[in-house]
Amino acid sequence: MSGSTFETDNKLVNWFEKRLPIISLMHGAVVVYPTPKNLSWWWTFGSLAGVALVIMMATGIILAMHYTPHVDYAFLSVEHIMRDVNYGWLIRYVHSNTGSLFFMVVYIHIFRGLYYGSYKDPRELLWIIGLLIYVLMMATGFLGYVLPWGQMSFWAVTVITNLFSAVPIVGDAIVSWLWGGYAVGNPTLNRFFSLHYLLPFVIFAAVILHLWALHTSKSSNPLGVEVKTPQDTIPFHPYFTAKDLVGLAVFLIVLFFFVFFAPNYMGHPDNYITANPMVTPAHIVPEWYYLPFYAILRAIPDKLGGVIAMFGAIVILFLVPWLDTSKVRSSRFRPIYKQFFWILVLDCFVLGWVGANAPEGHFILIGRLATAYYFLHFLVILPIVGMIEKPLPLPESISQPVLKGEQE
Amino acid sequence: MASNTLDPEAVEQPERRDFLYIATGTLGAVGAAMAVWPLIDQMNPSKDVLALSSTEVDLSPIEEGQSVTVVWRGKPVFIRRRTQAEIDEARDVNMADLPDPEEDAARAVKPEWLVLVGICTHLGCIPLGESGDFGGWFCPCHGSHYDTSGRIRIGPAPDNLVVPDYAFLDDTNIRIG
Repeated sequence: MSGSTFETDNKLVNWFEKRLPIISLMHGAVVVYPTPKNLSWWWTFGSLAGVALVIMMATGIILAMHYTPHVDYAFLSVEHIMRDVNYGWLIRYVHSNTGSLFFMVVYIHIFRGLYYGSYKDPRELLWIIGLLIYVLMMATGFLGYVLPWGQMSFWAVTVITNLFSAVPIVGDAIVSWLWGGYAVGNPTLNRFFSLHYLLPFVIFAAVILHLWALHTSKSSNPLGVEVKTPQDTIPFHPYFTAKDLVGLAVFLIVLFFFVFFAPNYMGHPDNYITANPMVTPAHIVPEWYYLPFYAILRAIPDKLGGVIAMFGAIVILFLVPWLDTSKVRSSRFRPIYKQFFWILVLDCFVLGWVGANAPEGHFILIGRLATAYYFLHFLVILPIVGMIEKPLPLPESISQPVLKGEQE
Repeated sequence: MASNTLDPEAVEQPERRDFLYIATGTLGAVGAAMAVWPLIDQMNPSKDVLALSSTEVDLSPIEEGQSVTVVWRGKPVFIRRRTQAEIDEARDVNMADLPDPEEDAARAVKPEWLVLVGICTHLGCIPLGESGDFGGWFCPCHGSHYDTSGRIRIGPAPDNLVVPDYAFLDDTNIRIG
């Protein structure tokens, strides 16, 4: 941190600083942190994800004050929150819709990283910690979706926990251990509630590691050229605090549009039917943010193979820093890879669309092709394009393209 | 101790020390594993859950061609009094056509009565009765078809519907489990 020493005449602050230098730490992290001055709006989603996590934890702690994790009362206590608790409907709708938008924000954040090569040396660990947060989010989201104990909740747990029955030999023992019984029941709901409460705090700790790694390797930027001189940077505050606040305002507009006008748009009506272990709904689908993985699971006509492919689709993201052979970070200077990036985005939408539909007719074929392409992208296209592509000339520094423009 | 440093056999000393480190470390690891085990095992089915492991059913009200679903260990169990046509269909199958080959005779103690755990062997949904391409069960989640003996015929499920352990207590009563 170039010349970012923290000084003050305030005696109380100095007394505190001498014993616990937390004020200077925060000052270094969110005030003077030297930020590349060319960050675009795509860089807003990191701080938005942080805000979403805080909203989730605040509303979640409140919901837990009124919720009962028991198979006989869970559904009713959620209705009690919706009808009887003061502003309970608001708090629950904010919780469920922020959950959905949290995933949307994180997906944009991940794809931004993929487009601008933000995972490349020296930011591999930053990328990996980010993916760990994403995996924890998926676990937390799944556990939370079970708590209202509606039909979709019940059958989501049943199907997802049964994925582990595909493990050879010990599969059934694992599933029975996860359930605490011979079927999904009260012990399952109880432990899911406990873990749903725990995991956000683990995510919070991982976010601190993510920020620590970020502030060690520093922010990437749309040009993918490293910061060379202090002139390439501006302090985080007030420039990016202000910019991120604008992003936050837009996020809140979108969030409260859903909360007030379409609160159940991203949910499923069957979850307003109490869980019934004797009847499976005719068409079960996971929440939208799991749909691409669900499509991959169903694309493989073999139980164990499908489960391996689904988990493999996530594991492969951890290997991206080493699968990408290009030395150029930003796709702005990678004419061939840029096109494949957008095909990958399209492929993920296709997988999501297939996942939302019953596995019949042409959806089976489309699902298999899209799954094959997903793996092809990471295992074949990403390494090969990096080797054969001739990148466009890179600017010498972050400031150079702008300053050159001024001179002309 | 100072004399040890001059001892030509001093090289033995670190090895003894290594042994102590390894022995202590191993004991510590075993102790830690033993301490962790209760924290893991508490998630397994508790004694009251295990106590519910058998269910008795009176079959006398079930007519031919009728199915009932009973609850055993929190899971649905299908009991079907099969028609002669269904039995014939189940017995007249080429074993080579089955993904999980099993004779119908091995799946039904008495041919008339078919008792199955009503859980799809794919990912645990409840199949719908008297439907699918083979006149047996059809799972709506991922499209597995079972025949009139509850054997998997088409779809992603790897195994036949499970036949639970059950015994006829007399002509019209069975105990499952």
